[in-house]
Amino acid sequence: MSTAVAAGAHAHEHHELGFIRRYIFSTDHKVIAKQYMTASALMAILGGLAAYLIRWQLAWPETDVPGWGPFGPENYNAYITMHGTIMIFFVAMPFLLGAFGNFLIPLMVGADDMAFPRLNALSFWTLTVASTILIISMLLPEGPAAAGWTGYAPLSANPLYTGVHWGQNLWILAIAAEFGSFLMGGINFLVTTLNMRAPGMSLMRMPLVVWTEVTASVLFLLSVGPLIAGAIMLFLDRTMGTGFFLPDKGGDPLLWEHLFWFFGHPEVYVVALPGFGIMLEILSVFSRKPIFGYKMIVYSTITTGILSFVVWAHHMFVSGIDPRLATPFSITTILISVPFAILVFCMTATLYGASIRFTAAMLFALGGLITFILGGVTGIFLGSASSDIYMHGTYFVVSHFHYVLFPTVFFGGFGGLYFWYPKMFGRMMNETLGKIHFWGTFIFFNCTFIPLFFAGLGGTPRRLYEFSNYEMLAHLQPLQVMATWSLIGLLIVQFPFLFNFLYSMFRGKVAEKNPWHANSLEWTLDSPPPHPNFPTPPRVYHDPYEYSVPGMSEDWLPQDQPMPVGAATAAGE
Amino acid sequence: MPESVSTFGGDIDSIIRLIFYIVGAWFVAVEVLIVYFAIRYRRRGPRQAAYLKGDSWQQASWVLIPVAIVLVLDLGLDVAGHAAWETEKLTLPTAQYEVGVSAKQFNWEFVYPGPDGKLGTEDDVTIENELHVPVGKVVRLELSSKDVLHSFSVPNFRLRQDVVPGRVIRAWFQADKPGTYEIQCTELCGFGHYTMHGNVFVQTQQDYDNWKRDNLKPASAAGAQ
Amino acid sequence: MAPEAVETDSLHQIPLGKAAIWWFLASEIMVFGGLITSYVLMMFAHGGFAEQAVHVKWKLGALNTLVLLTSSMTMILALASARKKDLEKTRMFLGITVLLGLTFLVIKIFFEYIPEIGEGFTPASGMFWSFYFGMTGLHGVHVFGGIVANFCLFIYTMRKVDWSLLERRVEYAGLYWHFVDVVWIFLFPLLYLT
Repeated sequence: MSTAVAAGAHAHEHHELGFIRRYIFSTDHKVIAKQYMTASALMAILGGLAAYLIRWQLAWPETDVPGWGPFGPENYNAYITMHGTIMIFFVAMPFLLGAFGNFLIPLMVGADDMAFPRLNALSFWTLTVASTILIISMLLPEGPAAAGWTGYAPLSANPLYTGVHWGQNLWILAIAAEFGSFLMGGINFLVTTLNMRAPGMSLMRMPLVVWTEVTASVLFLLSVGPLIAGAIMLFLDRTMGTGFFLPDKGGDPLLWEHLFWFFGHPEVYVVALPGFGIMLEILSVFSRKPIFGYKMIVYSTITTGILSFVVWAHHMFVSGIDPRLATPFSITTILISVPFAILVFCMTATLYGASIRFTAAMLFALGGLITFILGGVTGIFLGSASSDIYMHGTYFVVSHFHYVLFPTVFFGGFGGLYFWYPKMFGRMMNETLGKIHFWGTFIFFNCTFIPLFFAGLGGTPRRLYEFSNYEMLAHLQPLQVMATWSLIGLLIVQFPFLFNFLYSMFRGKVAEKNPWHANSLEWTLDSPPPHPNFPTPPRVYHDPYEYSVPGMSEDWLPQDQPMPVGAATAAGE
Repeated sequence: MPESVSTFGGDIDSIIRLIFYIVGAWFVAVEVLIVYFAIRYRRRGPRQAAYLKGDSWQQASWVLIPVAIVLVLDLGLDVAGHAAWETEKLTLPTAQYEVGVSAKQFNWEFVYPGPDGKLGTEDDVTIENELHVPVGKVVRLELSSKDVLHSFSVPNFRLRQDVVPGRVIRAWFQADKPGTYEIQCTELCGFGHYTMHGNVFVQTQQDYDNWKRDNLKPASAAGAQ
Repeated sequence: MAPEAVETDSLHQIPLGKAAIWWFLASEIMVFGGLITSYVLMMFAHGGFAEQAVHVKWKLGALNTLVLLTSSMTMILALASARKKDLEKTRMFLGITVLLGLTFLVIKIFFEYIPEIGEGFTPASGMFWSFYFGMTGLHGVHVFGGIVANFCLFIYTMRKVDWSLLERRVEYAGLYWHFVDVVWIFLFPLLYLT
């Protein structure tokens, strides 16, 4: 609660803030974070629904989907497009960047709010406009965009090829608005982190999740430009008769692919890095150990970011680019696996000699690491041009990217929710339900996507409505059925989580300031923190990973407390 | 994986196998290590965790040395795989047979040279969804599209090439076992994408010649559907 | 040595607004960079657009270049005046900048676009014209945005001002305006002098 001791009139003003200013058009980063969380949750329901429809059709073609009805080929392409678009742009980014980035960055660097609170609110409401445009597109009679989330031209550039006119146009506008939203947010994250850190909070003392959020923001800021250019060109092709991507008018479909993937590849790291950041925080706290190799991880994060700009054509090996380009891009792609290997090995080394507490948050962080690794290694098959010839466009790719995106977004994200819930809402979530949620998610996720690796190896193309035309795929149908049953299990097991989340908000055990005995600055404040965040400005003395320092009676040491003299010597600092 | 019947398919399968063994070994090693650490170092009693920051070269080498090994192996994979890529994509052996492939929403039009033996002339014959080739001969494909992006894929040949409107892209293969092999379109091309199925009929020279005699007649209607 | 609080980095010294503008401009550079790169690649593929580019009104383009360059100069003079706390001069230079910006748009729209469309050259008239209208159109939208920002500052100078606020905002608006100018410096030779 804001210190009412402050100048009477000012405090009075704060109390006067009506419901609208406090909760709807709030400029407080913590409220905005929750708004982003709500938005991503709602869109996740839509994205999950799309997944359910798609998978039902693939397992039992031409049957009515329970709870929905008939699902024909004219819907299928639209729903795979919506699934991808929603999950990446309207779930992953709002959840990992909008919610966690907004909530954590000011608190962790010791600032009272973001650098530009009103811009922050504007970024959220821009996202809401973007989501509304996308939802409207789904309600049109002709259906929404149906050219895949990658929107390859000319399929996407000439309405005649899909029969979808305004659905595709609105898709372009919705994504453009989403880009605007995250550009605004990204600028806020960057300026706040670089310019508003508390005294003593040097860059190398920031929690790693801040590093990953900031790197993601820089990546997005610098990579999205060419796709904005491409989106303008696509929109002009569709509405003003230009032919940037239409060969009949002198255009080149491959230009779209280059513009898209120049952004598309850094984008996957925009999503993956913050998820890893969250996992790193959780790993350290529940191992009661410093993160192994803080500097290595920082340099790896930055290197990943830089390298991500020069790998994009590995999505295009068989697209018709000059085959000689495959070699340099294979090399850069192989190089980018190095910083990620460093990251994974450092996380593993963090577990060595630890004293691990298996809370729901820790289970999700560990589970995320374990599942991500399969995604990472399967990437090698795709990054090597020759093996990619066979794997490209098959379910192998689908499984690979779900294995790198789902662990970071959902395992990382859920872990973050269980971890920071007490700080956000002032209550504790139920640990037993959390563990059920984890095991269900872990088991069903793996059972959904491992069969699909084999489907891909067997030659199953992606984005196909059904497989009855292909004799060679008939024997793989049981894999599709297994994947669908598992997906249904995966969706069902989210309900205990939803119940836990909502119930605990009102009936959960009241949380103390620091239930996990963690070191970063947000845990020095009330749960939830007041507005403004820091009644007294903090002063920082060391990095947030001083756990189990030899010579200390406690196994943790908050960042705003100096290292006790005896312990410091023992640690050899 | 489906049977490999082309001359370069074996090379592709080799690299896939090599990658599988190498990443498989790493995968098992790292996962076992993580699970082992998770169990071995679970909280038991008052034992304090080790204070290891990994900020000395000695400690960091536990990460950096395995990473260096990963890098060397990865680069090795790139080198090992280069030959297979080069063969399928960078070389174009002298073709004994040429066929034009025109992809459109939603089928494959195969354009065969007519009696004059040359592609791109008046007497070419167009047949939908059926690619007939003799076994053991180099076949060159001239791929083009009439509308949107498609992708010509024959899993049994380990052959895949996107087809781009406005361009003619060349591909080749040599099948060394007679049989019927399915063609897929593997680039989303519209609502009928899943119906874009075709077949490659790899025939003995005798059977092929018979088929050619019966079907590649000038001004004949499109052959058997 | 017991670790103590260290001095934080010098980035603290850059004002928040300035940092924000620079990051914003970085992303804008990527947008125009994407368009310009695409144009250049297309140009090579289409033999330099020599045939289609003949019909652009290069004299008006050159005039507009002069107009924008002058407006950048007046923007700098506005900032200098704001730093000297000279309200009259600041207002004057801001006003001239706005007028020059409007001049640019008037020339573009009424003496180039409309006649060109009348002559039968629309965005659908071929790859060169698609890029011409697309790139100068996007640039024009940015010019308009800059005019609005500068006009708001102009209005602000009609009353009593907070000098530190005005100085900062004129500087930031100036950075944006110079960026818009620089983009034009690239577009002009690429589109008008091929």
